Amino acid sequence: MARKRLDLTFPPRQSLKPVIYHLVKDYDLVPNILRAQIHPAQEGRMVLEVTGPKEAFQAGVAFLEEQGLTVSEAASDIVLDDERCVDCGLCTAVCKPDALTLDPDTQKLRFDKDKCVYCEACVIACPRRAISLTF
Amino acid sequence: MAKSWEEINARIASGDAVVLTAEEFGALAADEGVSAAAKRVDVVTTATFGPMCSSGVVLNFGHSDPPIRMTEITLNDVPASGGLAAVDTYLGVTEASTVRGIEYGGAHVIEDLLRGRAVRLKASGPGTDCYPRTEIDTWVTLDDLNQAYFFNPRNAYQNYAVAVNTTDRVLHTYLGTLLPRLGNATYCSAGALSPLLNDPTYRTIGIGSRIFVAGAPGYVAWEGTQHNPHTDRDAHGVPVRPAGTIAVIADLKQASPEYFSAATFTGYGVSSFVGIGVPIPVLDEEIAATLALTDADLTATIYDYGVQRRSRPSLGTVSYAELRSGCIEVEGKRVPTGPISSLPKARAIAAELKRWVAEAGFTLSAPAQLFPQVGSQTTKPLEIRTGEAI
Repeated sequence: MARKRLDLTFPPRQSLKPVIYHLVKDYDLVPNILRAQIHPAQEGRMVLEVTGPKEAFQAGVAFLEEQGLTVSEAASDIVLDDERCVDCGLCTAVCKPDALTLDPDTQKLRFDKDKCVYCEACVIACPRRAISLTF
Repeated sequence: MAKSWEEINARIASGDAVVLTAEEFGALAADEGVSAAAKRVDVVTTATFGPMCSSGVVLNFGHSDPPIRMTEITLNDVPASGGLAAVDTYLGVTEASTVRGIEYGGAHVIEDLLRGRAVRLKASGPGTDCYPRTEIDTWVTLDDLNQAYFFNPRNAYQNYAVAVNTTDRVLHTYLGTLLPRLGNATYCSAGALSPLLNDPTYRTIGIGSRIFVAGAPGYVAWEGTQHNPHTDRDAHGVPVRPAGTIAVIADLKQASPEYFSAATFTGYGVSSFVGIGVPIPVLDEEIAATLALTDADLTATIYDYGVQRRSRPSLGTVSYAELRSGCIEVEGKRVPTGPISSLPKARAIAAELKRWVAEAGFTLSAPAQLFPQVGSQTTKPLEIRTGEAI
């Protein structure tokens, strides 16, 4: 099984095929859309976490490219600036998947990237603007 | 076993004072009893590092040639008061940039000055016989200023609300993002380390108390605005709602960006985290008993910020130990909690102040005048009246 985050770029005029549906139905992949910005007649982007057998994964990526999409392994990331963070803990109040938590002893901020779903609630909650999403 | 301020200060001056942080004192009292802890310890340090909107700095720029009487002033496009003498100003932390809005404000200007960065000063004035210049555009650093000092009208609130939201929409408040239908709860106090929770009746904290302000030695200048000793108190006499406050003064040039941090609350505005530390003398067992209280003993009141009125309904009380556990129960529902006041920073300040008192001869000053106590003034609301009604 492979699990990867992909960064998809949709051309302004893409095929009308529902690509995510086909990833599931034809390639047996489990996509989880983390972030998407798609508007009619404009270039669109989507960050997708995809889980599935390795061969199916490669075939699925090839299918997406056939549809005119540009596919790259996602470089987008939540970045925590330790210099700006003051460990106030306010971000932990809005982090539903508990990716951001406070250490029970030190009460300092911990970030478990594997739990992050890139919802960005922390980005606007942080009063120090210490958390950013590169997309 | 009563100790006097003079005895304690003599021990500080000779380097013999026994100094603990409020957390350390609580642990010692739990082990050996309040009485033994009170005998052994001279000074307990308390601290907090939370957003405090009622903060700002007094600045004097010096005179240009020819001179100007500045009436419209901006620093990095953030307006400052033009209502003082020619080249004096007051810059409040919540003032927002005319260009960048709440993403950059008075607090950010102060943090930039503390970090040694040059700040653009633009000002205009009417042009008078003694101040003929009408405009100026220049750059200043903290070193260039004649005087630069904090004057914060309200800091270090004695307890604060726990905020929740029972409505169906997200609320953006000064207590952070409140998720709908009791989705989270935020709170803002250093709990057992908090200065005024450790001196609930303002016996040792009053006008003239020597304290730590953002890394600089400073003073309590007055009671803080909205100082209200009359709120509900628990069995220990400690307020369970927002109560006392302090106004503080300290030299900005001796302060540190470690202990002052600009903040932006989305949908609310600009504020600043201010680090305040207060040393409390262990004068007697009564003071020691409050100093020994821990997060398990101290409580805060839960308020529904979904009610946008002056008086919000209370949804009960909860201890700081429960709040720190990360989850509390409100109306039968488990609600995740998040703090706003940084405990790691408060601990760092309490430890730093402990070094000042134990090793650097930072003596204490007894209040020159006590704060208004229970039985004195009450906090009044603002009524909306017409001229005819007066």
